[in-house]
Amino acid sequence: MALIEFSDFSFRYLGSESLALRRVNLKVEEGEYLVVTGPSGCGKTTLCRAINGLVPHFHHGYVAGSVIVNGLDTREHTVAEMSSIAGLVFQNPANQLVTLNVEKEIAFGPENLGIEPSEIRRRVNDLVGLLDLGSLRDKHPHEMSGGEQQRVAIAAVLALKPKILIADEPTSNLDPASSEMILTLIAKLNREGMTVVLIEHRLDIVSKQASRLVLMNDGEIVMDGPPRIVLTDARCEELGIGVPKATQIYQRLKKRNIELPRVPLSGEELALLVQEASHR
Amino acid sequence: MIQLEDVSFSYDGVYSALVGVSLQIDDGESVAIMGNNGAGKTTLVKHFNGLLRPDHGRVIVNGVDARRRSVAELSKEIGLVWQNPDHQLFLDTVRKEIVFGLRNLGYSAEEADARCDMVLKDLHLEELAERSPFALSGGERKRVCLASVLATEPKVLALDEPTIGQDAGQKLRLARLLQDMNRKGCTVVVVTHDIEFVIENFPRTVAMSRGRIVADGKTSSVLSDSNAIALCSLSPPQMTVAAQSMNRLFPEVSPRMTALSEVEEAIVRILGGR
Repeated sequence: MALIEFSDFSFRYLGSESLALRRVNLKVEEGEYLVVTGPSGCGKTTLCRAINGLVPHFHHGYVAGSVIVNGLDTREHTVAEMSSIAGLVFQNPANQLVTLNVEKEIAFGPENLGIEPSEIRRRVNDLVGLLDLGSLRDKHPHEMSGGEQQRVAIAAVLALKPKILIADEPTSNLDPASSEMILTLIAKLNREGMTVVLIEHRLDIVSKQASRLVLMNDGEIVMDGPPRIVLTDARCEELGIGVPKATQIYQRLKKRNIELPRVPLSGEELALLVQEASHR
Repeated sequence: MIQLEDVSFSYDGVYSALVGVSLQIDDGESVAIMGNNGAGKTTLVKHFNGLLRPDHGRVIVNGVDARRRSVAELSKEIGLVWQNPDHQLFLDTVRKEIVFGLRNLGYSAEEADARCDMVLKDLHLEELAERSPFALSGGERKRVCLASVLATEPKVLALDEPTIGQDAGQKLRLARLLQDMNRKGCTVVVVTHDIEFVIENFPRTVAMSRGRIVADGKTSSVLSDSNAIALCSLSPPQMTVAAQSMNRLFPEVSPRMTALSEVEEAIVRILGGR
């Protein structure tokens, strides 16, 4: 069985007239790096909330179909139970931080799950090392920069040892340098086996790392495949998806009868493909 | 016109958020302010309408020293749209939110309603008029904030990170709207990390780092300048990365391109003649 499995899952928020998700079918295997994109209001955030049970346990509404995560039906298991399987990182880290220092923040989740103090200590130390938080040990979260706060928020989520990291536009409030650091970190976690579901509009900065790109519109999944295939599909343009410029150039050259050997996702790749084509 | 003369500012008296900043933005300009977190971009913009007052130096708005004018007076000329919409919204429907600002500036109830309708239409928010701003998505809330400022028809529109949480289609509509405002004579100043948005829409870029302006000029020159990019911890535009990578392989290609069409033509010159 897949790690995450949506079967004909539909959801409508209480008080809303339209469905946020319409008969979604999606299977995600362990170790995948899924990027979910689509116009605002297309259901991306709802999809993520449905993986860790915030939908329907915190955000109530009409539910049909099922979401099975790590063998557990999210309708029958609480958010607390799901939190050690699927951890969610939000756009604004300040909304997620609850304590006064880094170590307490990381320990907060495991303490609430009743994990042994010695084990908690070990996790805190590991994460402080992994995420380079040592210099922040004595800083109040509100004195930290956005990038620092986001690193602490990710550490707090990882402290529950989830199998899945779900991140809802985790870098949109950060400057480019901090964004790159967070995305490099997420890619590293994925290489070490973590399953990642990342929501992002800016495909130029995430496509290279993703193993799969899911395009949503109006509550439905309209495309699902490797980034190079999805991004060269005409539907991206129809839906106003931000296709990386290097990929756009590939398409434009094709129309002018110049074919590059592969689809580039970045400026460096584009240059190398031009070199390859010039030697042929 | 906004002039800053040798402006310095510190929040806590220790750390300098702005250090001797001089800047002139003429009427009808369209300017992007870029830089890393903590570079002083938002602090700079807050000086435009008197929310912050310089420790040293002067701010002159439309020929008058800003010191002599209140935030309320300056706000009639300079509309500021915040980075975080939750710091700006507080009423229970989108319509009330927009009408509130207009009534405060002295517009009659009918006039406020009419302006509200117009701006809701411009920003594709008509369907959300009676919804609570707090039930909207992050991207929608940002557009409500923009609507409430646009409705007052400011002479200068300053936006702090307007593209956060906006998809490609919304960014395009935002860009068109800002161009439209600009054509009607409104000065547009945007603080952003979104380098591609700047390249496509803003002829002038001011790059900041550690409270100082480190580059100010034509966007294509500022953003293809490796030194300025590094000083401000910006990621170079994807097309500049392509140009620099191609320049290493094909020395005849200029490493300082920012536009997609320039890079496309450079590739056609290399591959087209085979």
